[in-house]
Amino acid sequence: MTSTTHHETQIVSDPDVPLVRIIREFDAPPEKVFRAHTDPELVVQWLGPRGLEMRIDHYDCRNGGSYRYIHSRDGEEYGFHGSFHEVRPNELIVQTFTFEGMPDGVALEKLVLEDLGDGRTRLTATSLCDSFADRDGMLSSGMDVGVNEGYAKLDELLARS
Amino acid sequence: MAADPLSRVFSALADPTRRDIVARLAVGDATVNELAAPYDVTVQAVSKHLKVLEDAGLVSRSREAQRRPVHLEANVFDLMTKWIERYRQQAEERYRRLDDVLRSMPDVPPTPEGKPS
Repeated sequence: MTSTTHHETQIVSDPDVPLVRIIREFDAPPEKVFRAHTDPELVVQWLGPRGLEMRIDHYDCRNGGSYRYIHSRDGEEYGFHGSFHEVRPNELIVQTFTFEGMPDGVALEKLVLEDLGDGRTRLTATSLCDSFADRDGMLSSGMDVGVNEGYAKLDELLARS
Repeated sequence: MAADPLSRVFSALADPTRRDIVARLAVGDATVNELAAPYDVTVQAVSKHLKVLEDAGLVSRSREAQRRPVHLEANVFDLMTKWIERYRQQAEERYRRLDDVLRSMPDVPPTPEGKPS
């Protein structure tokens, strides 16, 4: 494996369990990837979708802590919140996730960091939803806020495959 | 100007009522009246939604739209593949920003307890 490999995100969508799993490798050690997930000043720089403003209400990433952040665009706001259940430095974050537009819905998210050596890390993020309807809603939700974004890129991608 | 087919599919599925209609049609064909029944909207409103789905190539129906069943054209797995691809694309964009953040980070935290104020 060369250091210039591009690590495209992989998505696994299970047919039997309502979960989505994201796998991605980073050219950084677990310590840095963990810090980029726990320090709100760093989180705010990458977590929000493109074209939306992200504001952190609070982000207390520790066992029993909680978070809330808001994405906004043109006066429309989308709030998200959850609790941190298990936070183990450089290894694991278990948290809940709720979109405030659907306050009864909650996903259980598990983020696992794996040290690949040579300053590289594999991240596996699993979201387990309440139901297949919720899971499919989550998969298709990006379209509600950004229908016109990324079409060109996506079309390019599909044209190439 | 007509949008490309994929954009039309995404636009059509951006609406929760239309996603719901597609989900119901995945189970089997249904008439417009049957589709309208669970919603607090008129048959005309559902017909409008169906027109959008029809233009996107997702459903078909005969001339006598009120009586004849609506049929789901797109295979649901096809739709799922598109949803997943877009979701993946969004995750990839997010993680490319994270790549940038990781590159800009110093090798050790500024202080053991976190950032200095």
